[in-house]
Amino acid sequence: MARVAMRSLNKKYDEVHAVIDVNLNIHDQEFVVLVGPSGCGKTTTLRMVAGLESITSGQVSIDEKVVNELPPMDRDIAMVFQNYALYPHMSVYDNMAFGLKMRKFDKPEIDKRVKVAADILGIQELLKRKPRQLSGGQRQRVALGRAIVRHPQVFLFDEPLSNLDAKLRVQMRVELKKLHERLGTTAIYVTHDQVEAMTLGDRVVVMRDGRVQQVGDPMELYNQPANRFVAGFIGSPAMNFAQVRIAAENGSLWAESEGLRIKVPAPITPRLGRYAGMEATLGVRPEDLRIAGAGDAKDLGFDVAIEVIERLGSEILLDVAVGSATMVASVEPTVTARVHERLRLAINPDRVHFFDNKTEAAI
Amino acid sequence: MATVGSVASVAFKQQYIPAAKRGPITRLLEDERRLAFCLMLPTVVLLGLFIAYPFFNGILLAVTDTRVGVPGHFVGMDNFVKIWNDDIFHVAVWNTCLYTFVTTVFKLALGLSLALLLNRHFRGKAFIRAFILLPFIIPTVLSTFAWKWMFDPTFSVLNWMLFHAGIIHTRINWLGDPVMAMVSVIIVNVWRGVPFYAISLLAGLQTISPELHEAAAIDGARAWARFRHVTWPLLLPVTLVIVLFSVIQTFADFQLVYVLTGGGPANATQLFATYAYQLGIGTGLLSQGAAISLAIFPILLLVVIVQLVYIRRTETL
Ligand SMILES: Nc1ncnc2c1ncn2[C@@H]1O[C@H](COP(=O)(O)OP(=O)(O)OP(=O)(O)O)[C@@H](O)[C@H]1O
Ligand SMILES: [Mg+2]
Repeated sequence: MARVAMRSLNKKYDEVHAVIDVNLNIHDQEFVVLVGPSGCGKTTTLRMVAGLESITSGQVSIDEKVVNELPPMDRDIAMVFQNYALYPHMSVYDNMAFGLKMRKFDKPEIDKRVKVAADILGIQELLKRKPRQLSGGQRQRVALGRAIVRHPQVFLFDEPLSNLDAKLRVQMRVELKKLHERLGTTAIYVTHDQVEAMTLGDRVVVMRDGRVQQVGDPMELYNQPANRFVAGFIGSPAMNFAQVRIAAENGSLWAESEGLRIKVPAPITPRLGRYAGMEATLGVRPEDLRIAGAGDAKDLGFDVAIEVIERLGSEILLDVAVGSATMVASVEPTVTARVHERLRLAINPDRVHFFDNKTEAAI
Repeated sequence: MATVGSVASVAFKQQYIPAAKRGPITRLLEDERRLAFCLMLPTVVLLGLFIAYPFFNGILLAVTDTRVGVPGHFVGMDNFVKIWNDDIFHVAVWNTCLYTFVTTVFKLALGLSLALLLNRHFRGKAFIRAFILLPFIIPTVLSTFAWKWMFDPTFSVLNWMLFHAGIIHTRINWLGDPVMAMVSVIIVNVWRGVPFYAISLLAGLQTISPELHEAAAIDGARAWARFRHVTWPLLLPVTLVIVLFSVIQTFADFQLVYVLTGGGPANATQLFATYAYQLGIGTGLLSQGAAISLAIFPILLLVVIVQLVYIRRTETL
């Protein structure tokens, strides 16, 4: 049982306001991921929860108990660092046992817990080695082991996989997920990789410049991004944006730009009404564009010229010119297309997004 | 095609100069063994001239009965037998060991505390760091004269301060009392040596990742436990090297004691080096002075070997 709550959390350094008014309620057993570009304040937020960084204003509470003034050791948390932070002079066993020794567990209990953790992580053979005799992936496991032997209330992870190569990262990601399902410990996980965020998080918190942009489960962020930043950050390849003018004609709205004229789908029309005659940003994901067929409505399509073709195997990415702008479309791998070819793309009408130009909020 | 080819060959020539066209010195130095020899030559010459030559000359001197102005004859181990039976020599050996041990303990303890303090963030840190180096920068003889004045029987600033602070009621005879004289030279040596320890240990501390302390803090280690289980073991290899240097220097210390007490009163602060000087130069018994100097050698050799073995062991941890 451990809930973590942050209320109007702020962190100011001399020059930077690194974390601004963060409010977040993390449920028991939840896996929450903080994601955002470099320097957005993810690490700072996590370190304030850990007690490694003083809190400028606001509150952090664990299980309804305000922990602002508690030192890290009394918060019953465990943290996994980006660079592992294993004690270089101790064996793997001692690294994992250290936290228990400090908490005065008796020897048999320490031994049991270390063995169990080593079993779970598959590092039984490494217990006698020193950290420097381990590969990156093995070190990462030891760092995880050091966290789990303590049976803490909350796990804190700061980009734990970013030092691993791509393949190992995917593998460890799956293992982390399994580990969380098995232990059910509440976890806060920091990453700048949106794929990691989407795959691991029960809920994902998108941050930018110290502020929370949106909190939601992965599909919510993907389907209903709260603003242009979240829309562009979540999803790969990134969402296409186009500057359009909203025009009203015979009771329906049209989004127009150079080389593009689309009828605004009926469900969105009421919300977009007050933008008639004004500019807005149209957003559409590459996977929501397809090559127009005979059955596609005429008013949802537009003509493009192919500039680059990226064949990824499971899909083909077409970089296309729309008027003077460019977009990316993800199409079936069976499509045969040539560079400079002109073709017509259609938009999936249920999946068009509009954003206010000034506030960047979703309309 | 022809023009393209010639352009390419011009570019080629600029990068690669055939062996025949390089200068004669460059060509000579191509050979790694010759280059190594050239690079080592200045050091070898200097070491030979100022270390090896005096050392062997010292050995030669120690087995004769040379005095100032009197060419000596070979006397074998006579000088060593003489100093072996010399009571003052025994005192000097004991004093040197005591002096080295006590000052090293204090220098290490104080230097380490200072280094730990300086490793934190606070205002004016850069200034204090520079300030702390002062005793190390000032020439020993100069600063020791200042200390000598502070220890002066009648004008002692220290006595004046202690007296007015109510800590003492009678004057302390800093340099006149045998025990206090030893205490005094130890104080000055510690004062002079702490900066070296502090700055070197600080450099060692800064190689320890702060993340390790954070990890230990989360693991439940309080300040003392973090020091004992993380900082100290990681600092140990550096510490051993620093102590090694310091022990060698302190063991052969001369200037400080020579200026402050001259070895007195009544040989109470007589060290190896001061006694060798007193006997060899002061009394003119050159060969006996040389014998005393040489007697340091086996003791220091033992210290160095023990410490090097220990350093190697901690490094392979
Ligand atoms: N000790 C510090 N002193 C001053 N500014 C700091 C300090 N630590 C972080 N900052 C600033 O606070 C902001 C947030 O930093 P933080 O480390 O939380 O970013 P992050 O989201 O973890 O980024 P990354 O993905 O690069 O790790 C940055 O602008 C950073 O420069
Ligand atoms: Mg970070």
